[in-house]
Amino acid sequence: MGHIQLKGVKKNFGDVTVIPTLDLEIEDGKFVVFVGPSGCGKSTLLRLIAGLEDVTEGVVEIDGQDATGLPPAKRRLAMVFQSYALYPHMSVRKNIAFPMKMARIPQEEQEQRITEAARVLNLTDYLDRRPGQLSGGQRQRVAIGRAIVREPAAFLFDEPLSNLDAALRVGMRLEISELHKRLATTMIYVTHDQVEAMTMADKIVVLNAGVIEQVGSPLELYREPRNLFVAGFIGSPRMNLLEGSVAEKYDAHIVGIRPEHIEVSAASGDWTGTVGVSEHLGSDTFFRVNVEGFAEPVTVRADGDVDLHYGDTIHLTPDPHQLHRFDRDSARLA
Amino acid sequence: MARGVTISRKSVNTIAAGVLGLLMFFPVLWIVILSFKTEGDAIKAPLEILFGTGWTTESYGTVQARSDYFKHFSNSLIISLGSTFLGLLIAVPAAWSMAFVPAKRTKDVLMWMLSTKMLPPVGVLVPIYLIFRDLGILDTRSGLVIVLMLINLPIIIWMLYTYFREIPGEILEAARMDGATLREEVVHVLIPMAIPGMASTVLLNIILAWNEAFWTLNLTAAKAAPLTAFIASYSSPEGLFYAKLSAASVMAIAPILMMGWFSQKQLVRGLTFGAVK
Repeated sequence: MGHIQLKGVKKNFGDVTVIPTLDLEIEDGKFVVFVGPSGCGKSTLLRLIAGLEDVTEGVVEIDGQDATGLPPAKRRLAMVFQSYALYPHMSVRKNIAFPMKMARIPQEEQEQRITEAARVLNLTDYLDRRPGQLSGGQRQRVAIGRAIVREPAAFLFDEPLSNLDAALRVGMRLEISELHKRLATTMIYVTHDQVEAMTMADKIVVLNAGVIEQVGSPLELYREPRNLFVAGFIGSPRMNLLEGSVAEKYDAHIVGIRPEHIEVSAASGDWTGTVGVSEHLGSDTFFRVNVEGFAEPVTVRADGDVDLHYGDTIHLTPDPHQLHRFDRDSARLA
Repeated sequence: MARGVTISRKSVNTIAAGVLGLLMFFPVLWIVILSFKTEGDAIKAPLEILFGTGWTTESYGTVQARSDYFKHFSNSLIISLGSTFLGLLIAVPAAWSMAFVPAKRTKDVLMWMLSTKMLPPVGVLVPIYLIFRDLGILDTRSGLVIVLMLINLPIIIWMLYTYFREIPGEILEAARMDGATLREEVVHVLIPMAIPGMASTVLLNIILAWNEAFWTLNLTAAKAAPLTAFIASYSSPEGLFYAKLSAASVMAIAPILMMGWFSQKQLVRGLTFGAVK
């Protein structure tokens, strides 16, 4: 079980409010990602759930029980830190055994769980090494191993992949997703990387300045961002947000259109512009197009083999059904 | 050559460093030399002492016969180890709380602790003497353990605080998440990680306590007198006995000098801990 509910939770650091009153429900077995820019309060929120920080107001419930006053050790949650936070003076085996030792689990069962975790995480050959002798990816696996053996109600991940290089990050992303499928335990994952959020989450919580901007499945957020912030934050490259006469034409303050929802044509279209910088990814190419009368260039996605060059004149037509309209308060218009 | 250090420049530096080292070591060397002379020879002119006189171990024999070296030695041992151990018991929790749960005024508290070291000890001699007299702990080893622990406590706390600050907070939080109680967190994670720093703290404090002469001389008479009092007893109003004084000094500093020699690697490592990552 791992059903977590935050009711009216608020957090102040001294006179500064980092999280204004907030409610959130995390269903059992879900993979929930907290995403937002640096300093948006996502890590603080995770630490409030973990019990590493005390809430200023409100209640944290775990499986229907009030856990607000419980110390971290009593909440049956396991955490994986950004810095791995392994115990450098202990071998991998002892690192993984540590939570079980603290829980006074019999030696035999400890051995059994260590063997199993090491097998799952490909750490069997490294059990007698010290953390200092491992690579970043292996260290992260040890940290995950240490979390698994506790058989927690939920796993908390605090930006666990940000210290890894790009290739390893993709690999570990898949491993964590697989682990979630296999264990079916609630996981709460904090990241500033919206690609990680999109690829891993059942449910994404977008945070900005301590406030939840939107909660939903990755595709819900992608297709129907509730406000400008979510529209700009989710999706890579980001959504084109256009102001002024273009927006007025659609009866909005700002209109948003994703790069893949703009049709490119050499002959005719709604907007005319010249090709600027392009990014060739092989499967796709993203062009920055300087459209006449627009303040900022528009990003457009085209096939990988489209033959366009810097300075070419092209025509663009946005798909009207995929247009997102926002009002003066940056809220989505129906 | 990165800095253009020439051979001649290097040799000048080496010679200068050697001379400086010799200057610093010379008093100790001179004490050792004098301790192997007779009282008559020991007051002669320096060059005559070095080249014109014989060598003898008689001062050592006299010193041991006149005053019980081993009693003083064991007093020194108990007082320095005892005060360091007691200091650690108090300093570990204090440094832990200041390093990991600092409050607004933690820095002020640290400065205040250090400021007590700036106070001349003689300023508080009378009140402390009176307190010791009333408590009946004058000339007792436990009394000295307490007073030396107190005077060295700021240093122990400061050193431990610095070492603890080097330990990432996330590791302690991980221990907390792993179900460790505060005691388990300190015993299983914090202390093992701070061992190098703690070792040099212990070594330095044993040395400081071993060499402490103000309180040990003023608060003891015969029973609890450590080696500092043992040396002092040879500079009497009746006249100085250079050879015996030197022999006593050599016997008093030899143990701590040897300990310092064998642990210098640890000491230097601990004192520069965290300076280079």
